[in-house]
Amino acid sequence: MSTVTSNIVLHPGTPIKIAILAMGGQGGGVLADWIVEMAEQAGWWAQTTSVPGVAQRTGATIYYLELLPESAAHAAGKPPTLAMMPTPGDVDLVVAAELMEAGRAMQRGLVTPDRSTLITSSHRSFAVGEKAALGNGIADPNKVIDAGREAAKRLMCFDLQEMAEKAGSVISASLFGAIAGSGTLPFPREAYEETIRHGGKGAEASLRAFALGFDAAAKAPAAPAPIDTSRATPDVPERAANPEVQALLQRVKTDFPAAAHGMLVAGLRRLIDYQDIAYAAEYLDKCAQLHALEARHGGETSGWALTCAAAHRIAVAMSYDDVIRVADLKTRGSRFERVRQEVGAKADQLVYTTEYMHPRLEEICGTLPTALGRWLEQSKGIGGFVKRRMEKGRRVQTGTLTWFLALYAVAGMRRFRRSLLRHQIETAQLREWLDRVVRLAGNGQQALAAEVLHCRRIVKGYSGTHDRGDKRFASLMAAADRLAAPGTDPAEAAATLHKLLEAAMADEEGRQLDAQLALLLTAAKGNTTNSAQFSRQAA
Amino acid sequence: MAERSFKKEVQQLRIPAGEEFRGEGILAITKGLLQAGVGYVGGYQGSPISHLMDVLADANEILEELDIHFETSASEATAAAMLAASVMYPIRGAVTWKSTVGTNVASDALANLASGGVTGGALIIIGEDYGEGSSIMQERSHAFAMKSQMWLLDPRPNLESIVQSVEDGFELSEASNTPVMLQVRIRSCHVHGRFITKENKRPRYTLKQALENPVRDTTRIVLPPASFVHEHEKIRQRWPAAVKFIREKKLNEFFDGDFKDIGLILQGGLYNGVIRSLQLLGLADSFGNSRIPMYVMNVTYPVIDEEVIEFCEGRRAVLLLEEGQPDYIEQNLHSILRKAGVTTHLSGKDVLPMAGEYTTAAMKDGIEAFLKAQQPDALATHAAAAADEAGATSLAADLEALTTPVAKPMQRPAALPMTFHPKVKELANVVPARPAGFCTGCPERPIFAAMKLAQADLGEHHVSCDIGCHLFSILPPFNLGATTMGYGLGAASSSAFNVKTGKRSISVMGDGGFWHNGLTSGIGNAVFNKNDGVIVIVDNYYSSATGGQDILSSRAENPDRATKNPIEAAIRGAGVKWVRTIDRTYDVAKMRDTLEEALTTTTDGPKVIIAQSECMLNKQRRIKPLFNKAVKDGKRMVKERFGVDPDVCTGDHACIRLSGCPSLSVKDSGDPLKEDPVAYVDNSCVGCGNCGEVAEAAVLCPSFYRADIIHNPTGGDRFLAKVRSAVIGFLQRRRAARQTRYAL
Repeated sequence: MSTVTSNIVLHPGTPIKIAILAMGGQGGGVLADWIVEMAEQAGWWAQTTSVPGVAQRTGATIYYLELLPESAAHAAGKPPTLAMMPTPGDVDLVVAAELMEAGRAMQRGLVTPDRSTLITSSHRSFAVGEKAALGNGIADPNKVIDAGREAAKRLMCFDLQEMAEKAGSVISASLFGAIAGSGTLPFPREAYEETIRHGGKGAEASLRAFALGFDAAAKAPAAPAPIDTSRATPDVPERAANPEVQALLQRVKTDFPAAAHGMLVAGLRRLIDYQDIAYAAEYLDKCAQLHALEARHGGETSGWALTCAAAHRIAVAMSYDDVIRVADLKTRGSRFERVRQEVGAKADQLVYTTEYMHPRLEEICGTLPTALGRWLEQSKGIGGFVKRRMEKGRRVQTGTLTWFLALYAVAGMRRFRRSLLRHQIETAQLREWLDRVVRLAGNGQQALAAEVLHCRRIVKGYSGTHDRGDKRFASLMAAADRLAAPGTDPAEAAATLHKLLEAAMADEEGRQLDAQLALLLTAAKGNTTNSAQFSRQAA
Repeated sequence: MAERSFKKEVQQLRIPAGEEFRGEGILAITKGLLQAGVGYVGGYQGSPISHLMDVLADANEILEELDIHFETSASEATAAAMLAASVMYPIRGAVTWKSTVGTNVASDALANLASGGVTGGALIIIGEDYGEGSSIMQERSHAFAMKSQMWLLDPRPNLESIVQSVEDGFELSEASNTPVMLQVRIRSCHVHGRFITKENKRPRYTLKQALENPVRDTTRIVLPPASFVHEHEKIRQRWPAAVKFIREKKLNEFFDGDFKDIGLILQGGLYNGVIRSLQLLGLADSFGNSRIPMYVMNVTYPVIDEEVIEFCEGRRAVLLLEEGQPDYIEQNLHSILRKAGVTTHLSGKDVLPMAGEYTTAAMKDGIEAFLKAQQPDALATHAAAAADEAGATSLAADLEALTTPVAKPMQRPAALPMTFHPKVKELANVVPARPAGFCTGCPERPIFAAMKLAQADLGEHHVSCDIGCHLFSILPPFNLGATTMGYGLGAASSSAFNVKTGKRSISVMGDGGFWHNGLTSGIGNAVFNKNDGVIVIVDNYYSSATGGQDILSSRAENPDRATKNPIEAAIRGAGVKWVRTIDRTYDVAKMRDTLEEALTTTTDGPKVIIAQSECMLNKQRRIKPLFNKAVKDGKRMVKERFGVDPDVCTGDHACIRLSGCPSLSVKDSGDPLKEDPVAYVDNSCVGCGNCGEVAEAAVLCPSFYRADIIHNPTGGDRFLAKVRSAVIGFLQRRRAARQTRYAL
């Protein structure tokens, strides 16, 4: 099979090069096969390769295609020799089945301004690293779109996942449509649709998804708009029907700066729902006290940072997640409705939920009157007995009468909440925390005070998670007191505490926090410019 | 039942002679085997040749028609030993596996096979798992060919050449009484292409004939004195015979070019990449016409001295493109040229990377560097080359070159990367890594969640891992496992830690690895040496990581194989006293407690936990159609799905750190007071229950709920529902009234 050619003639004909970036299970292979079948039907020479391997298991993978007219092959007198992998800077069409995969394509140099059309779905399938973060680990999608605008000859970015779901199909179909709509390949719409029909099963749904993708691409703007990642600020209603509520709303509007209105209303909503009007009023009092202090030290210059922080964090702290709250939320009619929608139940289908609960002695005592709760906690014998008998995983079938009534009753204990042990514990913590804030705000350390309020962010979750949060919160407060010591530049102190909070949320084991606290201590020993030194080392 | 069915594709194996075959490389190789009159085929699945085994399994009917015996070997060693049938009898046999790992396992049998030599053609199809997409250590199979003196084919990556080399391989093997290795790279296995078929052939000598007329020849047996004779045979007869055949059949290819003073020598498998590199340098077209002469080694071992000398003589310089290291071929060429007194300059890994995959970009740069030194005029006046230079020298110049649109359509493509652009560079801090992980609903996830919980109680332990899906435990979010020493060697790699102390070693092993060799190398060894460690055997009913093939302990009804052989029986047979079988791995609490018991019990000897639940990928494939049909038929069916109450979840994500299920994601809470995203279960959930069990066992939070969706409820169901919703609805409305009263 040896061929010998002399006086070499280079024949014209350069293949169209296509790279498809997808994750396991997104049907990147199907999409590649569709393109091949369509091209071959239209009298093109088509080659596709991929490197699936472990990528099939949730990883990211690339499918690479090259298309060349058979006429060119005939002219050249022999079959084409096509490459097995994309070459950076030598790809005409890049298709990404998820936004970050588009970013990956650019990182690999596959997208270039002189050649490449980049079609990407704007939806996100979060990587485990983003999901596992203790706080918010989600990457900024607009960074990818920004880069895409510069890197690609033409960037198309819209939610092809949503379109596929709307059509009851999978993203490979809407991607296929977007490719068709983009007009980057020399095939008519019919050729695409014929290929899908030929595939047989699920063709109708696929065609619907295809059409949606097609139109989106056909109508796509020259450059896609950025994705709005901002969080909606809570609305401030004109007035409330109930006079008592209206009174509170009025207080918010008259006594507080506009900057804080949204948060305060959200806080009121949460606390009325959580306990009652009086409780919400207490909340406003606490906020008012801090606002007064901030006003005394020129709060408007800082955009009322302290008041806003108070409005946010105090509301969360006061609506601590106790057994009563959980029982209440689990038994609501709105919740039953939401579940039906989330699982996509049809009208003729019945839905029953089972909750996974695991009450500990702490929760049980917390739900008892203070004295009784304390006694049970201390008493070895009975406490141990209760521990053994009650402390185990419970499958609560909220939809059955017995369980519902039980939970409903627990939720009904709301009216006694103030007299229960858990409330005493929480209020004590709250008081200590707010006293610290008041102290700092009084000394004019507004920024640090605000950060101390924000530190409350770390206290969340239930049981073990909540305990971990409590511990870290305590060490953050200790650090705050150290930072408040005279000789520290207030602005820097606040920045340092903020850095500590971030460290506390960096890993579950708390390694980061310990490391930074250690640095803080050594720095503190050093001299007065400690925090400056600290922040350098921390960076 | 394998993950992917080739029932439709295998019909292509029946295509009559002279017609065009279009399909995947794997399928083409199978067709090539049939065209070559193969008598028997064996092998062990593993990427990239898993599909080859699946295709053969699905093609069993066709194979039987042709009197071809196919079996799924217990291991690569078994497969290699299977080739013994070609030692005494003129039967063509082929085996396949993932390399180099499979070749490591097989090398004992291969060495014996190669020593005695073969009568019938013996072909070893190795999927070279090297470069992007590889899941193993980066080594070359080349070394095995050299050490045992088997011939190594590395054909050009187009179906025509690959199929041809299957036939050539058998003939070469017979002509030189030597087993032949046919190397196919990952992408070649999965490439879609076309070739013209030939008639399928029945083996000219069958296994039946062999069994009926046994032959015995002690000179073929590896035992002194024959073994000493074999070595000389290899040099005196087999090698020269191979060289003669390769030259006469022109297995290696010469391609002429204009620049007569230089040339390229390359492994056949790199051909397409080299052509593309030349094309990007303006020196070739899309049809393999190159302005630089080429010597393509479709046989990379042995190297044919005469051909090398022929090609190099009269040339000023040649460049060798040899992927991977050590640079066996380059060293070989140097010695050939030196001995022959040929003064041609030989370039190779001086301009090309010593290690790593030879991507088009890497080869383009290497060839460019070679040409700059040896034939600069070949590069002159090429737009792309010029632009590249600019790119190397000045960023500004490039940005301009890039952002100013190209006036006229370029004659030839210009590879002009963009990676130096600041915004693209910045993506390094944005684009997250996507480590491979357990599938949605994977039954192995709860095992490692339980292991994490057990370690939380009893402290960190040394964990030895194995090969298989369960190896994903070393990746986030589990981060469990210290070493992995090879398939089925999880328990064996803990054998040193056989000392009495407060903590025991934990070893993990899959059912695939267990039957591959773990039963003896791990369990047997632990029993015999009174190892005190804990061994967890993950039994998911299939060889899942390789694509869900059946194995001895599979539960599937398989007409061609004997399944349903319980692992526990084998373990007890091997003498393990402490065995616990958990038949529902999703019971995280039980899993954790069993692990803790194993780690603390006073019983001596190995503690073996068999954790068994069906691979969810295969289970869904099995039950989904059944479920949908039942619903269609109006039967009462209950579908389970999990969810999270966004108002109860506080967005700490501890559940995700203990699970990592793809369907367990995060979303904005929609609550202005809750800035951290809350957990949420998307509709890909298969209701395995892991998240709820974990939340319960780890005492995390009450956010999770299981929703039972009753399809086609019975009259009784509806009545009960009426009663319940009457009461519940009344109470809910009462409480809702308060909320509306105080609405804000």
